[in-house]
Amino acid sequence: MHSYLQLSDVSIDFPTPKGPYRALDKVNLNIARGEFVSLIGHSGCGKSTVLNIVAGLHQATTGGVLLQDKEVNAPGPERAVVFQNHSLLPWLTAYENVELAVKQVFKGKKSRAEMRDWIVHNLELVHMTHALDKRPDEISGGMKQRVGIARALAMEPKVLLMDEPFGALDALTRAHLQDSLMEIHADLGNTVIMITHDVDEAVLLSDRIVMMTNGPAATIGEILSIDLERPRKRVELSGDARYNHFRHEVLAFLYERQRKVEDINVATRKRPAGQAEARAAAAA
Amino acid sequence: MKIATISSIGQNPGRLLPTPDQIMQLGRGLLLPLAGILVFLFLWYNAAMMINTSLGKFPGPVQVWEQSGGLLAEHRAERQRQTAFIERQEVRNAEILAADPQAQVTIRPYTGKPTFIDQIGTSLFTVLSGFVLASLIAIPLGILIGLNESAYAAVNPLIQLFKPVSPLAWLPLVTMVVSAVYVSDDPAFSKSFLTSMFTVLLCCLWPTVINTAVGVANVSKDLLNVSQVLRLNALTHVFKIIVPAGLPLMFTGLRLSLGIAWMVLIAAEMLAQNPGLGKFVWDEFQNGSSNSLGRIMVAVLVIGLIGFMLDRSMLLLQRGVSWDKNATLR
Repeated sequence: MHSYLQLSDVSIDFPTPKGPYRALDKVNLNIARGEFVSLIGHSGCGKSTVLNIVAGLHQATTGGVLLQDKEVNAPGPERAVVFQNHSLLPWLTAYENVELAVKQVFKGKKSRAEMRDWIVHNLELVHMTHALDKRPDEISGGMKQRVGIARALAMEPKVLLMDEPFGALDALTRAHLQDSLMEIHADLGNTVIMITHDVDEAVLLSDRIVMMTNGPAATIGEILSIDLERPRKRVELSGDARYNHFRHEVLAFLYERQRKVEDINVATRKRPAGQAEARAAAAA
Repeated sequence: MKIATISSIGQNPGRLLPTPDQIMQLGRGLLLPLAGILVFLFLWYNAAMMINTSLGKFPGPVQVWEQSGGLLAEHRAERQRQTAFIERQEVRNAEILAADPQAQVTIRPYTGKPTFIDQIGTSLFTVLSGFVLASLIAIPLGILIGLNESAYAAVNPLIQLFKPVSPLAWLPLVTMVVSAVYVSDDPAFSKSFLTSMFTVLLCCLWPTVINTAVGVANVSKDLLNVSQVLRLNALTHVFKIIVPAGLPLMFTGLRLSLGIAWMVLIAAEMLAQNPGLGKFVWDEFQNGSSNSLGRIMVAVLVIGLIGFMLDRSMLLLQRGVSWDKNATLR
């Protein structure tokens, strides 16, 4: 019996003038159906690359990804991606953005009315029905990210891939969206892979945290199972000994075992560095 | 809070006196342009007084104003003559038919000289035909070479080669080709119209092609990823993602193209003696009466005004179709 989503010996080389640059080396990961897995690691460790390979946006140089025993070699809506900066089409309203995805995935399977209900239903899940006719530039960053999530959920993906979905949001909005995401995950039982820089977010949301070593040739360092009961409440957990133990484990991995030796100013600018990561990897 | 209340009172339409802010706005919007125009008229007036040509003094604002009135009057007179001609013809034909119902009556078109206003109409029609045709070619071509790097590599040298070519260099070739190819007993369009239009077309293709290609090639990687994840087919990809994303630059190109089209057209009409404002200017120049320079100056101002209005119309169109309502379009 194979697992639901299987990454076996995934390695990737990016071509550079000085020869190939090995960004990822032999990443092995098995994810069960309905599992919530976080990828955490320092900037430049190839978290986004892993996600992009599962999405099909990058091709592994060696090894490969199996989803329900089928090889992944191109992007597709069964592996919907929530991008870091929402990536909504600015010329479409919230409704139309979700509609584009729904029309694409359910063409011929749902009637017009069913599609409309499905679009509204998914926007309801993220509490965005009040802004159906708003364009992305008319709503806040958190709202845009909600619509982005609704668009991904509306594709009924087998795996939901989230690339630092809340990285660009302020702390309060982020907490709010994390709670929403936990609710949705509890309701729908999606299989989720989420990249994050935020230790609390990882511990709060995940069933397992995959901690990655630093690049080049980054790979999985340790995997931490978070067996806290669900539903999880952030305020109650903040005093919980096991929660703090998990937090400590992740922090110890990131800042003791995988300490990144670099300019502190660069290291603290997590978000821009994270964005630059993929580009740097591609350009390196 | 306090500040907000004060400024909201300032915008209250019930208030009688305008606030200093409103006066400033009025000044910027109305008084400064007016001041600019007045200074220009003053300089023009004085400079014109000092320039003596073989056709008399260079026309100042006053002469130009008189000539514009004269041109309008000529147009009205010509129209009256035309109506009179048609009426006479109808009466005559009716008489002939009354005498003999089997008679073949001929209806002759009025062949009077086209007036200044007629020439404006001809020029506008020609420039818009050339521009629309050019856009129909340039936008798809721009999208194609923006999306496909091989197509870009193949087409780019040609664009770079033909872009700087002056319309006057094309004109003899276009004239000869139109004369040779467009042979018809009952032509729907006159040859002069086609010559001018194709010259305009050849010259105003390039800004739209280039800007559309750049706009299309620079669509954000994130949106392209979205398209890939959704597995949009080529047509949906182009119409839902590529065209809207490239629209702002496409319009930049279209506006540049229309500007060029208008300039090219006047030159082409002058050189080829094709009907239009360019021919009007050339005819007046050849005519050499004491009014000629004034009438040419009227044409110059009208050409400028029409060019400006064409650009404004494109801007309005752009505002209408633009999705980014916050963008400052000017």
